[in-house]
Amino acid sequence: MSGRYTRVGRARPSGGGAELAIWYMMRVTGVALFVLALSHFLIVHVIYDPAEQTASWIAQVRWSSLFWRAFDWSLLMLVLFHAFMGVRTVVIDYARGGTRLFILSALYLLAFVLFVLGTLVVMTLPVVPKG
Amino acid sequence: MLLRYRGREGMYAWAFHRISGVAVWAFVVLHVIDIYLVGGNPEAYDELLQIYASPIGRVLETLLGAALLYHALNGLRIIVMDFWPPLTRWHRQLWYLCWVIFVGVGLPVAYMILKPIWEGAPR
Repeated sequence: MSGRYTRVGRARPSGGGAELAIWYMMRVTGVALFVLALSHFLIVHVIYDPAEQTASWIAQVRWSSLFWRAFDWSLLMLVLFHAFMGVRTVVIDYARGGTRLFILSALYLLAFVLFVLGTLVVMTLPVVPKG
Repeated sequence: MLLRYRGREGMYAWAFHRISGVAVWAFVVLHVIDIYLVGGNPEAYDELLQIYASPIGRVLETLLGAALLYHALNGLRIIVMDFWPPLTRWHRQLWYLCWVIFVGVGLPVAYMILKPIWEGAPR
């Protein structure tokens, strides 16, 4: 296992191709998530409180603007890529051969299902006028 | 494998990054499904929201926030060192800096999340 990690993190893959692209994308999405994911957490837990964020509140307030739907969908795309590619690295570290192939296939299937469910709800939830 | 890594701060920074990352991933899976319920089954979502707003839920959300904040700060540390390798010399100091920010930002946020537990009604 030594050599795959520097003292920093995952070593930049040599040879280019998809592995190098994923390595860069992890860092690019990471910086974007630093802003979007932390803002999201502050909005949901500090500016508002979980107790008030009912389904009707989301339809009437939170998702009443295109901006916040676009914000949340961008966050969804970024986090699905970053989280699933991150877990992919973990799986590649600990599983070999057929086990690895099976876990990775299940992982990508789950990512696709979440992509569909999340995109569906953020794009189709009707806006309900307040009151 | 964990224990055979380079040891000291670098190892802990890496191990915490991996553990917090997998924890946030697990929550993301749950969270996309619960938000899907807002459209698919609003009653079920509102029921789940009761758990999120309960004392246990708030403790778990505080832990989630801690995992997210650590992962975010240490992630920036990794990126900074990836693209400016000379800074790797200061990787320990950078890690301590992460913890200073973690405590400085995390404590007030944890207080905000947990406050409704002892104040009774949520804000």
